[in-house]
Amino acid sequence: MGEVKVGQRSVVLSPSPHLARRLHAQRVARYTMLLATTVSIIVTLGIVASLFPTAVRTIITIGSQIIGISWAPLFEPPEYGILPLFTGTIFIVVIAMLVAVPVGLGAAIFLSDYATFNLRRVVKPILEILAGIPTVVLGLFGLYVINPLYVEKYWPIGEPLAYSGLGAGLVTGILIVPIIASVADDALSAVPRAMREAAYALGATRREVAARVVFNAGLSGVVAALILAFARAFGETTIALMVAGSFPKFTANPGDPMMSLSAFIGFAGIGDAEVGSSAYNTIFLIGAILFLVTLIFNVVGNRIISKYREVYE
Amino acid sequence: MSNELQTAATHTESLGNNQGSTEPMNEATSGPKIIDPVFTLEEVSVSYGKYVAVTGVNLQIPSNDITAFIGPSGCGKSTLIRTLNRTNDLIPGASVAGKVMYHDADLYDSKASAVEIRRRIGMVFQKPNPFPKSIYENVAFGPKVNGRPKKSELDAIVEKSLRGAALWDEVKDRLGASALGLSGGQQQRLCIARSLAVQPEVILMDEPCSALDPIATLRIEELMMELKKEYTIVIVTHNMQQAARVSTYTAFFVTEVNPLGDLRTGKLVEYDETRKIFSTPLDPRTEAYVTGKMG
Repeated sequence: MGEVKVGQRSVVLSPSPHLARRLHAQRVARYTMLLATTVSIIVTLGIVASLFPTAVRTIITIGSQIIGISWAPLFEPPEYGILPLFTGTIFIVVIAMLVAVPVGLGAAIFLSDYATFNLRRVVKPILEILAGIPTVVLGLFGLYVINPLYVEKYWPIGEPLAYSGLGAGLVTGILIVPIIASVADDALSAVPRAMREAAYALGATRREVAARVVFNAGLSGVVAALILAFARAFGETTIALMVAGSFPKFTANPGDPMMSLSAFIGFAGIGDAEVGSSAYNTIFLIGAILFLVTLIFNVVGNRIISKYREVYE
Repeated sequence: MSNELQTAATHTESLGNNQGSTEPMNEATSGPKIIDPVFTLEEVSVSYGKYVAVTGVNLQIPSNDITAFIGPSGCGKSTLIRTLNRTNDLIPGASVAGKVMYHDADLYDSKASAVEIRRRIGMVFQKPNPFPKSIYENVAFGPKVNGRPKKSELDAIVEKSLRGAALWDEVKDRLGASALGLSGGQQQRLCIARSLAVQPEVILMDEPCSALDPIATLRIEELMMELKKEYTIVIVTHNMQQAARVSTYTAFFVTEVNPLGDLRTGKLVEYDETRKIFSTPLDPRTEAYVTGKMG
């Protein structure tokens, strides 16, 4: 038996030189990352700060004229009726979504629940290549293939012209199909196999499993895919400019040329607009409107996504 | 069942009685005498690609009773239970050789529909897997895809199924709430209710309690004893006490490793009444397993 030592053991809790260096590195890392976060916030705020004063001033100057059907801010006398830009944008986005939602979701469901492993391995990269085609190439395709060979030939209403909102909508649809297909497929493929097996074990067919269980369980991801695609179509400039033309026509005929909000910026904002000129001011106004609409859709989209999260997780 | 098989069974039984429990059986074709079996497996092997998960299984599963599959990890017991309602069809590369008969019908006949088979032969999985829907919708899912019941009929089916799974009293006031808000044990009973709702004859349970605490496990076991009055139950379990408590028949599987040591194949060692498996097993490997010396 040993003796029991009375008294306390001495313990050193202050950091050793080695630990002090590690703690220092940790502080440096913390501030570096804080700086990176701050920069991205400052840039966002900077964009808002540079857009909005001019935009607000412009809208005050224009006043109620803005609710008009003739948009010609670069002409003399200028006209500021913004409705043609809205109808142009809406036509292009709606046509694009009409094309891309069924095709994109169909492809996503096929890839996640019908395709064999090997087929999926081949098809998925092809989709992603489609997503990487430069928009200017798609624009050429619209201008030289879709418009002359299809829209001009087969669209029954109005005079055939080289430019059309319909063509721009179709080509923008082609642009966003792979976004919907790829993001939605990721969401649906992430639905656990246990969920599918449970449904099969109740005597469900493949279609019922895909439509009633997998699609439901992956809904938040599907909604995210649609919002992403919508935002992309909404902000798409090159295709709208090349295929729909640059004529802000207030029209109900999708076969007509038209101009979208972003196309106007692309058209007018190519560098020779003098500061304080009508072109300059309206570019800022439209930029601010694009910013706000995108923001609203992001917020609404996030709300929808988090709502489904609450229900399903 | 053929006379030959019956004779073989009787023969092996008498062998076992005469020579004690140390003599290993040559063939796993023996087993209890079962009249009007629900499943009859003859020389069944299941492979994933080139890998043979379980091979040479012969056994018969009785109706309105509980049959347990036990054995160490990798012995193919889960694979085997998944062939009984063709859930393995869903895994690319899975294939079945031999005969899996359900009453007098071949489950793997080219004309047999896997959808119809699964409607008759339900399954409860290892981890509770309720759909991300309400409690009501979880139970109503099966009846809805299998027919177009009226709302009143559907309500009645949902209530009956939830009562059948001993869950009704706990959830009757919140049928519209998400199933994911239930505890693990409640979720598993919901999954059982969900499979009862399509009125199956058989319920396959693949380690249904492995994700549950002891109290929830006990409730599921009580429920199984209740369910066997109306349903045929096959259960895969890691838990030998559970097999001993609930099952009437037990099949014991082992993993055989080939001489190169790179392939593992499951084999049925012994199949008999549960009390015999646990008290007087014929094969030393069974004895080692049930007494806790192996596995």
